[in-house]
Amino acid sequence: MSTTAVKLDNATLTDRALKGWKNIVNKFSDALLLPLTGIAIFLFLWTISAASIHTSLGEFPGPSAVGEQFSSLYDEYITENEKAEAFYQRQEVRNAKKLAKNPDAVVKIRAYTGKETFLDQIFTSLITVTSGFLVAAIIAIPLGIWMGLSKRLNSAFNPIVQVFKPVSPLAWLPLVTMVVSALYVSDDPMVSKSFLTSMITVSLCSLWPMVINTSIGVSTIDSDLLNVSKVLRLPTSTHIKKIVLPASIPMIFTGMRLSFGVAWMVLIAAEMLAQNPGLGKFVWDEFQNGSSNSLARIMAAVIVIGFIGFLLDRLMLQIQRKVSWDKSNLSV
Amino acid sequence: MNSIIENTEHAFLNISQIDMVFPTPTGGFTALKEVDLQINKGEFISLIGHSGCGKSTVLNIVAGLHQATTGGVLLKNKEVNEPGPERAVVFQNHSLLPWLTSYQNVELAVKQVFNKTMSKAEMKDWIEHNLKLVHMDHAMHKRPDEISGGMKQRVGIARALAMQPEVLLMDEPFGALDALTRAHMQDSLMEIQNELNNTVIMITHDVDEAVLLSDRIVMMTNGPEATIGEILDVNLARPRNRLALAKDVEYNRLRSEVLTFLYEKQRKVENISEKKTVAKVTPKQRINN
Repeated sequence: MSTTAVKLDNATLTDRALKGWKNIVNKFSDALLLPLTGIAIFLFLWTISAASIHTSLGEFPGPSAVGEQFSSLYDEYITENEKAEAFYQRQEVRNAKKLAKNPDAVVKIRAYTGKETFLDQIFTSLITVTSGFLVAAIIAIPLGIWMGLSKRLNSAFNPIVQVFKPVSPLAWLPLVTMVVSALYVSDDPMVSKSFLTSMITVSLCSLWPMVINTSIGVSTIDSDLLNVSKVLRLPTSTHIKKIVLPASIPMIFTGMRLSFGVAWMVLIAAEMLAQNPGLGKFVWDEFQNGSSNSLARIMAAVIVIGFIGFLLDRLMLQIQRKVSWDKSNLSV
Repeated sequence: MNSIIENTEHAFLNISQIDMVFPTPTGGFTALKEVDLQINKGEFISLIGHSGCGKSTVLNIVAGLHQATTGGVLLKNKEVNEPGPERAVVFQNHSLLPWLTSYQNVELAVKQVFNKTMSKAEMKDWIEHNLKLVHMDHAMHKRPDEISGGMKQRVGIARALAMQPEVLLMDEPFGALDALTRAHMQDSLMEIQNELNNTVIMITHDVDEAVLLSDRIVMMTNGPEATIGEILDVNLARPRNRLALAKDVEYNRLRSEVLTFLYEKQRKVENISEKKTVAKVTPKQRINN
């Protein structure tokens, strides 16, 4: 009797251990194995189909060609940096000599004007998209709150919002370019015209999702919460600060994430078309360049653009998690 | 009856000849017709009636959230025409701000009502005192999603009490709670009422709750054109104990009076089903019959 009991016990123990293992394996495969398999399949299909596409610029680049270009883009950045450093060093030495000869000499310090590398372009794009997005947020969120609070204001502005929302950045761009060059006239400009043009285009396109989501968030606040505010006779400022803003934060952030995604897409298109510095210009330049490496370099840029867009969205999600009280709908 | 009419002018809270007409696409819908009720200071009134009879509308008019079409509400001989903290409301689904802790929810009310008359330390004491009164001092710094439904309703009551209202308005405060929690909350409310002696108007669907808690039960007829059908005085000695009252003759008489009013004089559910069966009989069927 006792031996059978022990055997049974052993059996259940191994069973449990097996289940535990299965659990771990399942989790591991869900988190790592499946995505890796997906990527492997994608790379495989890419390699096969790339080999069979022949363009005027040679064979369509496969993963290995793109990988090579990644490293060469990085090398270019390093060499360019070294060049710049050498330039500044030479300038320093020259200026020191000048000063040694004549202490009163006026020393000129010139900035290095080398070719912009891929990493510089990424940096420029990030600055442009962020400032464009922030400008849009500063306008859109108060406007959205205002529209959400007042039905009449909503009726007044909603048609305009609905009409401008689907407008492509490419349609805005010529107008923005002309307006900027007409109005932004300065001998010593703080920022370049091209930066301003792309930034305003980004703002114009990322404004609308934020306005719409904010106004919906504000206008759909639970009427019980509004009644609480009425019973307490909260003044308007307190009402907005204590009830309206916290209640609509989840919707405001949904709008902001949508807008940031739109902003990033718009920026690349705007840079391409307007020849403003940034990733879009990099893509366009490579296309015009038409060397045998061009397609691989463009493909590298495409991957980087995707990754940055993904990371920006993750960043917004993290901020939302910090700020929002409603943790229920923040899984992805 | 005569004494009530004589007192009309001096009643603490005077709901005077209220009509409520809601505009609809097909013309006005008269929800309330000549609702007239005088309430003394410290009285506990229950409003009972079938759903849709306009109990909540009466409460919202007293709260100032709705405006009566004709007639009006006088509190201490002053007309009520907007919401205010002297007529605090306990809402059916607690309506706590989900991003604030229990303490902060009460604090929002206290800061708004007593910002000129209390120091910061006094406010803190007052908030804690009110949370203690509803036995919620142990979960002061928890947010609504971290506490149970009954606890949320307690905090909602604490928030209303903290405003030191002239009249406390409760819209089915325990309607969403399970039976055991509800009984517990009723006992708590009686205990608080014993201490503070507030003027209370409470909407309820629960006959036992109405008899147990009230000084008077106001029974409303079915809408449209709902009005006060009967008013029942509850002269049971306080403090009341639900177990002792279960066998009490007077308690059971009052209970059956309310039940008679609701299920004989104002039968609603039956009426609807009767209408439905009538409607189902089509001309063809009649011929066949």
